Amino acid sequence: MSETRTIRFTLNGRSESVAIQPHWNLVELLHHFGLTGARESCGQGLCGVCTVLVDDVAVSGCLYLAVRVDGKKITTVEHLDEGGTLSPVQQAFIECGAFQCGFCTPGFVLMTHQLLARNPDPSDDEIRHYLSGNLCRCAAYPEIVEAVKLAAKLQKQAR
Amino acid sequence: MSQMGRSIPRLEARSKVTGRAEYVHNMRVPGMLTAKIFRSTVAHGRILSIDAEEARGMEGVYAVVTGEDVRKIIPNPYFGPAFHDQPILALDKVRYVGEAVAAVLASDPHIAEAAVQTISAEYEELEPVFDEVEATLPNSPIVHDELKPAGTFADLKHLAGRKNTNIALDYQLRRGDVDKAFAAAVHVFEHEFRTQHVLHVPLESHASLAIPGEGTLTLHTSSQTPSFVRMEIARLLGWPENRVHVKVPFLGGGYGAKVYVKVEPLAVALALIVRRPVKVALTMEEQFYTITKHPVTFRIKSGVDKDGRITARKCDVYWNGGAYADIGPRVAQKTGFTAPGPYDIDNVSIDSYEVYTNRPPAGALRGFGVPQLVWAYESHTDLIARELGLDPVEYRRKNILRDGRPHATGTIMKDAGIDAVLDRIAERMNWSVAIDRGTGRIKRGRGIGIGFKASISPTTSGAIVNVSADGSVVIFTNTIDMGQGSDTAMAQLAAEVLNIDAEKVKVVHGDTDAAPYDMGTLGSRSTFHMGNAVKLAAEDARDKLVALAAEVGLPAGTNYDVQELFRKRYGMRAGNIVGVGSYVPSYTPPDPKTGQSANVTPFWMVGGAGAEVEVDTETGHVRVTKLVNVADGGKIINPKIARTQISGGAIMQLGFTLTERMEFDGGQVTNASFADYKIPGFRDVPPMESELIAANQENGPFGAKGIGESATFGVSPAIANAIHDAVGVRLTSLPIKAEAVLRALRAAQGNPLAEDEE
Repeated sequence: MSETRTIRFTLNGRSESVAIQPHWNLVELLHHFGLTGARESCGQGLCGVCTVLVDDVAVSGCLYLAVRVDGKKITTVEHLDEGGTLSPVQQAFIECGAFQCGFCTPGFVLMTHQLLARNPDPSDDEIRHYLSGNLCRCAAYPEIVEAVKLAAKLQKQAR
Repeated sequence: MSQMGRSIPRLEARSKVTGRAEYVHNMRVPGMLTAKIFRSTVAHGRILSIDAEEARGMEGVYAVVTGEDVRKIIPNPYFGPAFHDQPILALDKVRYVGEAVAAVLASDPHIAEAAVQTISAEYEELEPVFDEVEATLPNSPIVHDELKPAGTFADLKHLAGRKNTNIALDYQLRRGDVDKAFAAAVHVFEHEFRTQHVLHVPLESHASLAIPGEGTLTLHTSSQTPSFVRMEIARLLGWPENRVHVKVPFLGGGYGAKVYVKVEPLAVALALIVRRPVKVALTMEEQFYTITKHPVTFRIKSGVDKDGRITARKCDVYWNGGAYADIGPRVAQKTGFTAPGPYDIDNVSIDSYEVYTNRPPAGALRGFGVPQLVWAYESHTDLIARELGLDPVEYRRKNILRDGRPHATGTIMKDAGIDAVLDRIAERMNWSVAIDRGTGRIKRGRGIGIGFKASISPTTSGAIVNVSADGSVVIFTNTIDMGQGSDTAMAQLAAEVLNIDAEKVKVVHGDTDAAPYDMGTLGSRSTFHMGNAVKLAAEDARDKLVALAAEVGLPAGTNYDVQELFRKRYGMRAGNIVGVGSYVPSYTPPDPKTGQSANVTPFWMVGGAGAEVEVDTETGHVRVTKLVNVADGGKIINPKIARTQISGGAIMQLGFTLTERMEFDGGQVTNASFADYKIPGFRDVPPMESELIAANQENGPFGAKGIGESATFGVSPAIANAIHDAVGVRLTSLPIKAEAVLRALRAAQGNPLAEDEE
C-alpha cells in the first residue's frame, strides 16, 4: 500500500527496531510483537480498551500512529507482571473481582497504574473521574472502585 | 470444605489482568486473509448489479466475493436458528441498511477496507416498513416472500410456506374467559407501552476465523453456542458434523449477541472459496448492522374487581424482529407467555407477534425480551395502583403469584421467590417510611418493578469430567465463559462432588471435538443445565473411583489416595477415569391453541428493582439516587461473582432505560458508534445495593440456578414509576431522556413545547 519506515523504541524494557507501514496504529504495532493485551474495540479512542503507556503517559493505541513511538518508551499490560509477580493493581483487581469478560481489563489496569503514580490515595470520586474514559460493558464499575482503593492500600504497604 | 458458597477468584483471573486471556479477536494464523464487508445502503430493494471491478483490480486484493459466488459452493446459503431466511451474502434482495452484500479478501486489512470503498451496487428500491405494528397491517410491504422455518423447533413448523405476511410467529395463550371477566370487572385499565431499538455492543465485536483442511474445517469463533455453530455449518455444507471443529476461547462479552450463528457462515464460505484461512472480525460500527434487541409495542388491558384483585388481563405484544428472524420467533413465544407478569390472574389472553421489518435483525439480549415486557406490565401495574389509590407494594402483594398457584400457562409455580424478592426490595427501600419529596425545582420519588422469566425448554447439556492418574481433574464443557464465571462455577460444582478444591480443577470449554453437545450459553441456563450435567459427570467419575478402589481391594469407605488407586490398578502412574453426565429436564410442550402446559419450564428466574430518583422540573433531567436490585438465584455457588452479575445486569439495563437508543433515518442507523450511542460509563452508576435472597432450587445442582438476566427485569419500570411518583407524569416509551421528561412535564402543565402542540 505504501512504503515502510523503520522505527526504534523501547518495548517493555527491551530495545526494538522494526519496519512498519506508516498508517499502522500502535495496536497493530503491538500485535506485530505478539502483544494482544491492548485491543482495538470502539476504534475512536472512546472506550480505553486499547490503552498503552507511551513514555509513561496513557494513550489510546487505536488512534496513536505507530510512527510516533520512534525513540519512545512503550509499556503494555504484559510488562506489569515481569518476573512472574503480579503488580499490586493486578492483585487488587483479582481480589475484588473487578472484571467479568476481561476484554477491557488491561486498559483499566494500566489507567489505575497511572492514577496511583500521580495520586497514591485517590477518593472514590477521583477514581471515577480518572477512569471515566474507560468503558466496561459488563459494568464491573463498583468492583473496579474497590479494586483501585485496595491497590492504593497494597502499594502503600509495599513502600 | 464445601465448595458451594465460596467466593474464589475466577479460574482465569490471572490471564485476564495480565492481558493474556485468549479471544478470537486477537487470533491470527499464517496465510490468513482478512475479510471486509460491503453493505447495503438501501433498506429494501432488489439487487440489479454489483460493480466490484476496481476492487478486484487493486494490488493486494485476493478476491471479491458476492452472494452468487457463495451459492456456487453452498447451493442453499440461507442460515438461522429459527428460520432459514438469512443469506450468507445478500441474494436477489436486500432487506435492511447494513446487510452484507459482498466481501473483499486481502492479507492486509487496510487494503481490504480501501477496496470495499470502491464497490458500488445498483438496487431497484422497494417500499420499506420499519414499524412493528404497521408491518402487520394488510397493505404493508412484505419483507420475505415466504416463511421458511428451520425445522429445529417443533413449535414453528406450522409456519412453513406462509406467504404475504410479515408475522414470523403468532403465538397465543388463552386461559379462563377473558371477555366474561372484563364484563364483570369493576375497573378496566388499558395502556400501550413501547421500547426503543438498542443493542448489546460487547467490547469484543463478533469474530470468526475459519481454517479449511482436507474435507475438514476448523472454526475459531466468538460464539456462545459452539454446538449449534457446528450443526448449522455442517447443515449448510452438507457435511457430517465430525468434519467441522468449532473452538471458542473466552468471549469479550456476549449478552446474547453471540448466540446461534452470526458471522460464522460468511467466514466458512469465504475460506472454502479461496481455500485459505479467513478471518471475519466486525468493527464496532458493524455490530449495529448485525444483531439488536427487539423494539416492542405492548398493549396491555386489565380488569380489576372491587377489592383490587386483577381478574382479567389481555396482552397484545408486537416484536420488531427486523429483516431476519434470528431467534426472534422464540422470543415471541418463550417470553410471550410471561407477558401477564408475576400475578395471579384467572383469565388471561396473550397474542404475541414476531414481526419482520426492514430494520437490522433482532434476537436475544440479556433477558430474551423479558425486560421489554416487565417495562410494560410493571408500569401498568403501578398506574392501576395509583388509580385505585393503593400503595404500589401492597397492591402487588395482593395480586402476586405465589408458589403452589398456577401461572397463565397452567404450570404450578415452584421455587419462584417472587413474594420474597418483593419483600426484600420493600425492606431495602425502607418503603414503610415516607421519603423527602424535595423542594423547589427538584422533586423526589420512588418506584419498584418486579419480573420473572421461564427457562428455555426443552434443552440438553452434556459434560465430561476426567480424573487423571495424579488425581487432577479436567471438565470438558461447551458452556462458554463470556464473563459470567461459568468456568469457575462448573469447577466448584465438580469439586463439591469430588471433595477437592475448585481452584485445582481445569475447565476446557468451547471445543466441539472434545466436549459433548450443549444447547448453548444463553438464557441463564448454564448453571442449571450444564451445572446438573457437570454434577452428574463428577458423580459418575466418583462412582468409578469407588469401583476402582473395590477392584484393587480397598475396603469400602476407606479414605484412599487417588494416585495410589491408579498405581495399584496399573502398576505405574497411568490411566484415567472418565465421568460423563447428560441432563435433560422434563418438559410438557404447550397446547398450540391455548398455550396450556403442566410443565412449561424447569425453573423460574425472579428479579426486581427499587429506585429513588430526583427530577429537575425545569430541565427534565433525572438522577437516580438509589437503585436496589434483588434476585432469587437459588443457592449461590460463588457469591462474589454472582453479585457482579446482579449489579452488572442492572447497570446494563440502566443504559437501556436512560441513554441508549439506536437512531434511524429511513432505515439507516445514524449513531453507530460510542460517540453517539451512550452506554453506561463510570459517571452513570448510581448508588446501588444488590442482593440475592436465600433460596433453593430443588432440581438445580446443589440448589443453584441461573442469575445472569434477573437483575435486568425491574430497572426500567422502577425508574418510570419513581418519576411518576416524583412529578406526576407517566413515560410510556424508552429511553427516558431529559427531553422526554421535559416534554411530558410541559404537557402536563398545559404548556407544551411548541412542536408538541396539536
